[in-house]
Amino acid sequence: MRLRSLRIILWIAATAAVITFLAVRWWPATDDTATADSAFMPTFALADSEGRMRTTAEFRGKFLLVFFGFTSCPDVCPTTLSEVAQVMDDLGSAAGSVQPIFISIDPERDRRLGLDDYTKAFHPAILALAGSEEDTKSAAASFKIFYEQEADTSSPDGYTMAHSPSLYLIGPDGEWLRQFTYGTSAAEIVSDLLTRL
Amino acid sequence: MKHFLLATTLIFSAPAAMACETVTIGDLTVEHAWSKATIGAGRPGVFYVEIKNSGTTDDALVGITTPAAGMPMLHETVVQDGIASMPHAMSVPVPAGQSVQLAPGGYHGMLMELTTALKEGDSFPVTLSFEKSGEVTVNVDVLSLRAEGPDCADAGQ
Repeated sequence: MRLRSLRIILWIAATAAVITFLAVRWWPATDDTATADSAFMPTFALADSEGRMRTTAEFRGKFLLVFFGFTSCPDVCPTTLSEVAQVMDDLGSAAGSVQPIFISIDPERDRRLGLDDYTKAFHPAILALAGSEEDTKSAAASFKIFYEQEADTSSPDGYTMAHSPSLYLIGPDGEWLRQFTYGTSAAEIVSDLLTRL
Repeated sequence: MKHFLLATTLIFSAPAAMACETVTIGDLTVEHAWSKATIGAGRPGVFYVEIKNSGTTDDALVGITTPAAGMPMLHETVVQDGIASMPHAMSVPVPAGQSVQLAPGGYHGMLMELTTALKEGDSFPVTLSFEKSGEVTVNVDVLSLRAEGPDCADAGQ
């Protein structure tokens, strides 16, 4: 009888060990989007249109809605910026808790074309950042996003940019909360934000 | 009475902007041509339209020209494995019995080397070249920067 109890306990212990092993072994592999990883805190340190350095640290206490793009992009970027503008309008009095940030992945050309007049045309609340190539690479790596310049004779200046088009939501403590994939409607984003604010 | 009728006609025709006009060539119907306002002329504009092929022969949109831009081209937004890119589209298929949309997030005309900034309320002509049906010109309405499409009574299919 005592032996039987011991056997059951050992089986439970063995099963628990296997489950723990599998969890540790597979959890990071199956969830590398890091949405469930509360320790993932992407950062940036990039210049704004006036050349002032802006960092993630100064926005603690606010939700950040971060988007990577470029201003010569005629289709994807204006669509997303329009959604962000709609979100800011629809948030009403809660808009003060959300800072939308546009990070240029084509910083040299965007600085030349004018950053602020572009994003402000969508919504005055959107902060546009365009750092050095190096700072931009660091920010993209920190957010785990992809961007790449592609040679294309059918595009302005002979190149276009391929990039991750999602919106990233960063929480008030700087933690990554989730992404909104390209095409998520403003209404969906607003209802998600309102549950958090 | 005549003036009243005229006034009424004008009132009712005014909201139906040109984006809502329909142009046909052969079996093709071209409608809902629109664009978005641009900030300056240094960045490309965009061109969206709907083409319906009610015939039995496949056709394709092979090019666009416009006095509004020195280098108008067809592109397609492709989102694959979480990456958006915008390859040049040699042609946009318009299969028999089907409709194709140049719309946000998909095929679009990219208007490079704009002759002037596109302002909301402006309009400009775009000539579409089809592989089989030939050329047809539509008037394109410039909508706001944040527009999602023309507000036509029959739009939104």
